[in-house]
Amino acid sequence: MSGLLQEMTEKAQRLNIPFNVQLDLTYRCNERCVHCYLDHDDHGEMSTAEIKHLMDEMAEAGVFILTLSGGEIFLRKDFFELLEHARRLMFCVKLKTNAVLIREREAARIRDLGVESVQISIYSHRPEVHDGITLIPGSLKRSVDAIRFLKSQGLRVIIANVLMRQNMQDYPGVRALAAELGVECTLDPTITPMMDGNRSTLDLGVDQSTLRQVFRDTALVGDTDEFCAIPAPAGESELESTPCSAGHTACYVSPYGEVFPCVQFPLSTGNVRQQRFVDIWRDSDQMKEVRSIRLKDLTTCPSCTHVGSCTRCPGLAYLEGNMRGPSSQDCEKSFVRTGIPSANMLAKKHAAVNQARNLVQIRTLPNFAGATA
Amino acid sequence: MSRLYMARNPKVAARGLDGEMMIMSGRDSTLFTLNKTATILWQSADGTTPLDEIVERRICADFEVEPAEALHDAESLARELASHEILQISEEPIPPRNAAAGESRTGESQ
Repeated sequence: MSGLLQEMTEKAQRLNIPFNVQLDLTYRCNERCVHCYLDHDDHGEMSTAEIKHLMDEMAEAGVFILTLSGGEIFLRKDFFELLEHARRLMFCVKLKTNAVLIREREAARIRDLGVESVQISIYSHRPEVHDGITLIPGSLKRSVDAIRFLKSQGLRVIIANVLMRQNMQDYPGVRALAAELGVECTLDPTITPMMDGNRSTLDLGVDQSTLRQVFRDTALVGDTDEFCAIPAPAGESELESTPCSAGHTACYVSPYGEVFPCVQFPLSTGNVRQQRFVDIWRDSDQMKEVRSIRLKDLTTCPSCTHVGSCTRCPGLAYLEGNMRGPSSQDCEKSFVRTGIPSANMLAKKHAAVNQARNLVQIRTLPNFAGATA
Repeated sequence: MSRLYMARNPKVAARGLDGEMMIMSGRDSTLFTLNKTATILWQSADGTTPLDEIVERRICADFEVEPAEALHDAESLARELASHEILQISEEPIPPRNAAAGESRTGESQ
């Protein structure tokens, strides 16, 4: 984040302004990615008029960055009408898409409308791996063709590469593909539980040895000694800080109008079909609760070595059962990065040892004792 | 003396934050913040009102400044904003562009 953007974000936080919002236009999708956390059936998406009205409310509330995502956004027949409306309101618009429906004409229209960036999911440079994850034959070719169309229009394109067991050896190939296409590339090893709480998708996450390899890849992290260094103890000001931007400067709105602190934090705070967006943002009890949490208020983390440098996601912690608790995925990342187990990992180990002790505890039974006397 | 006209570039993103305009360039995503005077120019840049009228009505009326000096400074500012492709400037009125964004909005929020 640039210095000025950081400064503006901090100002927005002081003024309680939702600076950055992700709006999912639909959960419908033309791919069936094996790790996806969404239910793709349409349970009553907002209409064109409802979304335009919501955008008007967001602009009034001060939203600057608006990310349009899904599902697959291009499955909405009114997509360009909504995008035009968003740009008329002068949002900084970012798109997240699999891009399989973007051809030359769509790319030119996106350019004309002044979209800031287009993020496209690419899982592998090998069709058999990428298409094996999306479950759609030919999807890699379609997405890569779309990247070329968008680049030819001068648009900023970012490849998003989610790392999982199926594609864990392919990220260097994806990075090489990105370099060949002249686009940026991000790598994310986070797999999210499904929105209904089903955690089966987590089995797709990479093991610790792959994560260790990623965290020691200088092409990704730069100076590995610095990246993997044991963090300095957190000071008082760090413990007084907020865990992340969710509910502070950012939030998420589902295609059904429900507002959440973040796309990865399924705590409903209200619905724009019943209340004004800004009223939910400012006054919902759930949003206020999320906003009240400081690092020092967390259950296990304040005593953890990693508290000042951890990427702990409050949403993932919430999905584990406690928004003030640790997020095990992030504990694991901190451990793999530095070799130092987190306080949560140590507490779990301690509990497991105690449980094992209880299982083998030997009590002297009176009859048995009598028999040996 | 020729007159200068200004229009907001519809390719930028813009939002008011606590009385200050944030503008993100459509060319390279560079972020700018406009001070009070520049914000007035941005808000007034409708393509049809000449800069000298804007200065007279919106700047000299609110700030204690000589009209000639204010116009000189405003012209410099308008040219600088144009160099970053935030504003378009011309010695002729600028008709609304066909692009969808920005023809009537200034990006102001509550």
